[in-house]
Order: sequence, then structure tokens, then C-alpha cells
Amino acid sequence: MSTLCERILQGAAGEYVDRKVDCAYVHDGTGVLTLEAWKSMGAKRIQDAAHLHVFFDHIVPANNSTTADLQHEIRDFACGSFFQFSDIGGGICHQLMSEGVVLPNDIVVGADSHSCTLGAFGAFATGVGATDMAAIWMTGETWFRVPESTAIHLSGTFMGAAEAKDLALTYVCRFGMDGASYQSLEFIGEGAAVLPMDDRLTICNLAVETGAKAGMFYADHITVQYLAAAGHTVQMQEPEPCRYIREIDFDLTDIVPVIAVPPRVDTVKPVSDLTGLPIDQVFLGTCTNGRYSDLARFARVVKGRKVAVRTIVVPASRAVLDTAIRTGVLMDLVEAGCSIGVPGCGPCLGAHMGVLGEGEVCLSTANRNFRNRMGVGGEIYLSSVATAAASALEGEITEPEVS
Amino acid sequence: MRGKGRAVCIGADIDTDLVIAGRYLRTKDHSVWVAHVFEDLDPSLASRLNGAVVVAGKNFGCGSSREQAAIAIREAGVIAVVAPSFARIFFRNAINVGLPLIECDIPCSEGSPVTFDLTEGWVEAEKKKYPSLPLSAKMQEILAAGGLVNYRRNH
Ligand code: SF4
Repeated sequence: MSTLCERILQGAAGEYVDRKVDCAYVHDGTGVLTLEAWKSMGAKRIQDAAHLHVFFDHIVPANNSTTADLQHEIRDFACGSFFQFSDIGGGICHQLMSEGVVLPNDIVVGADSHSCTLGAFGAFATGVGATDMAAIWMTGETWFRVPESTAIHLSGTFMGAAEAKDLALTYVCRFGMDGASYQSLEFIGEGAAVLPMDDRLTICNLAVETGAKAGMFYADHITVQYLAAAGHTVQMQEPEPCRYIREIDFDLTDIVPVIAVPPRVDTVKPVSDLTGLPIDQVFLGTCTNGRYSDLARFARVVKGRKVAVRTIVVPASRAVLDTAIRTGVLMDLVEAGCSIGVPGCGPCLGAHMGVLGEGEVCLSTANRNFRNRMGVGGEIYLSSVATAAASALEGEITEPEVS
Repeated sequence: MRGKGRAVCIGADIDTDLVIAGRYLRTKDHSVWVAHVFEDLDPSLASRLNGAVVVAGKNFGCGSSREQAAIAIREAGVIAVVAPSFARIFFRNAINVGLPLIECDIPCSEGSPVTFDLTEGWVEAEKKKYPSLPLSAKMQEILAAGGLVNYRRNH
């Protein structure tokens, strides 16, 4: 009897396997090195371009001529080689893969560490570096060590203002930054079965912050419905009894709003311990919390009021932006004083917008708060959407109200 | 495969943002990464890396998948990195770019010699030998070829 990742990788935990990948993707950041490595390998052609994607999301639109030149080169190559190509403004790679590309049982490899997000669909999805990706472009396959799995049993439902991000930060804290190294985290139980896809994506997104190789949910009726809306007919995955190396329980009822304190994602405190801490900027977006449901939740809090600090909102994809325009959510955000960015990663990696100055503090809905990530000398606190919204109105860390 | 170098000691949970910051990534010029390697951890480190064996704490290379981190360390002249554990993407990247990694928990005294053998699986530091996990045959082949690019070119 197998764990979900053993089933998909068709091997037993600990075994090394060579597998064809179903989808592979790079972005403007990792595409440059991938192309360089691919050329140096002496490769002449691309394997199976229908399943290879290139997304421009990290620094979009280009911020200077060096970036523009690099992007120009990959853009020309991607188009000429018939990759599935998404140019600036399309959105974040992981988000676009979640909008009807990745299906249950797929083996997905992204040249980005947060590729684990896509395990939310009952796929095996993990990140690799550029040279590994170049070899995949060349051969269509790669090697994996089939990971051991930790089961995370979820029960109950979120209460009060707690949300999926609070669970994610709470489990990262429980494991620590390397507490699940090389493992797959499998989220199961009746608490998992009721979580909408957006929550599952947020929860899987942070798996890598524990060192895990993958975070996964079984495909169930919620997955089937979500993918049906994107035009796919897929089967549910039935869990079978199997051997986990560890089993951990979380009652969602007990989850409270929390914050990860810089510079570590695993230093997590209840928001109530940090209330009143002044902030200079709020950032809503990223592959963790830049989906439509996140923008709508934020808008519900700030609608009809004014944010007290600069607040940057970056939709995770064009579809998210589109929905936010059509439903009026975007207008609510703009009227409340938020600045809206082009769909993509935005300030998350401190490369070109929303960069922090020395000593400035940002409350962000992203997944990393490493030293200097958003600017030299800047500090990043990570929170849920509800906490970010409440704090934006006050200009200091504030407990979210129950909505 | 045997090697030797001077120990340079650094801490645990060193993420790849600290190895090479995001602000230096948008270039193909490897010398930029070499010049700024470990800058946000300790700006004086870069100048001490040529001929060094970096001895780190657990979970070295966690965080972003940026391969520039492994390239920067290798091209700064580091002979190998020794740590009790490595983050998995960094592990793959390092082997792929030809930077030897050794999973082993050893004491570190700055500047003292460290010797290792990847095939036999040991590290010697402070006149004491420590067993390390030997690398798989395929990984050793990739390292011997100087990385996955050359390995693929030859296969
Ligand atoms: S939003 Fe941030 S964490 Fe997500 S892919 Fe972009 S840079 Fe990485």
C-alpha cells in the first residue's frame, strides 16, 4: 500500500527513479540560466514542448535594460521553440499552472522552489534548479528520490479570523525550517476534505519552508469540481492505508492568526503578541496569497475606509485581476488607497517594486521573510490576508476582526 | 575523489538569499555573483573563499532554488561544502554545477586544514576522521565531469 507520492512516482520511499515529467516550467529568473545550460549541453532540440512552459513573472515589466535584454533573449527562444509562453502581465508561474494546467497524478517540475504549491491537485510537484531543468528540456525526464511521507491530519474548520495562511505558518513553526527535509507532506482527514482549492494551494505553497520536497492533497470532489470549471474531467484519488514516517494532527478550530517574525519563517507568534508594532508598508499578493479570494477578503475589510500606510496589491494572475475588476473588488481596493501592480511576483523578491529602505518594516502575505529579501535593511513580517488588511488600516500590526 | 582546503566556518540554516542576494541575479556575468557571494551574511567572506572548504551548520542552502548560489560558491574557488545536512534543491544544484558537497557534522576551526574523500566517504578535520555519506556513483560521475552540462554533453 502506497502513499500518494509513492503512487504517483511509482516507487517506494527511498528508491531512486527516472521519470518522464508531465509539465515543466521556468520563469524569467531561472529561464536565463536554464537556456544557458541547455545550450552548453549541446542540445539541438526541445523535447515535448507542449508540456514545457515559460512564464515572465519575477521582474515584470522589465525594470532596466539588463533585465530587458535577458528577457528579450528568452522570449525569442521560447516563442521560436513553441514553448507555452506567458509574457508580462500573465501572472505568477505557480498560479497559472493552477488555473487548469496541472491535473491529479501529474509529475510536475518547476525551476522555482515554490513549485510544491501544485501538490494541491493531487500531483507530485517539486522545484529544481536551472541545470536540472535544462536536462529536462533535453530529455523530457529526470531522476527523483521517492520521498518518505509525513501525514498531517486535519480536523475541524477554521474559526474566527483564522485562515489557511495561519495554518501554513503554524505547521512551518511546528516542523522548523528543515523539520521535513526531503519529505512529502500529505494533508488528509475530514478537515482537509472541506478546504477549498485556494486554501490548499496556500497550504502546499509553504511546504518548502520546512525543507519538504512536496506538499500534497488527495484529489477529491472539490478538486474535480474546480478542474471541471477549467474544462477538465478528472478522477478522484482514493486514499489507501499506507505507511507514513510520522503522523501529526491539527485541529483547525485551534488555529489562531499568527505572524512569522523576521528573518525566519519558522519563528511564529500569535498576532496578539505583536499588536501595535508600527509598519511602513503592507503587501498583498504572491503565489501564497494573491488569488481572487485573497483580494476579495482584503477588500471586504478596507472597503469604504482608507489604508494608513502604503499598501501594494499585486494580483497573482490576469484572471485574478479580471475577476477583481468585474466584481468591483479592485475599485474597493483603489478607493481605499491601495496601489495596484502588474500581475506577477511584484515586491516579493525585492527586485524592482515595493523595495524596502533601511529599517523599514513590511507586513506581507508572502512566504519568505529572509534578511534583506525585500531590500537591504528592511524587515518582513508574514501574515494572513485578514491580518494584513486590519493592519493596513491602522498602520501597525493589528488583530483581524472576525468577518 | 579526494580534496583538501582551509576551513571557513559559517552558521546553520544559511538560505540562498544570503548566499547570493536577489538584487544580483539579473545577469549572466558569473563574476558579479563571485564578487557578492555571502555579502549579506558577512561581506568579508568572499575574499577568503579561494581554496576553502566551507564548513556550515545544518540545512545549508535552504530557500530559493536559485542555482546562482551554487555557481557563486564554486567559482569563488571553494573546494567543497561540508554540512550535517543540505536543503534538497541546493544539493541537486551543487552536484549539477560541479560543486562537491559532503554530508557530515564536523567541528570547525577557522583556517585549519580539512581533507575529504567523496568515494570512500570521510572527512578529516582537527586531526580526526569522520565518516560521511558517500555520494552515489552517478553523482560522482557528474562531479568528475565537472557538472551535469558536461556529463550530458558526453552521454
Ligand atoms: S511570488 Fe514570490 S515566492 Fe512566489 S514565485 Fe514569485 S518570487 Fe517566488
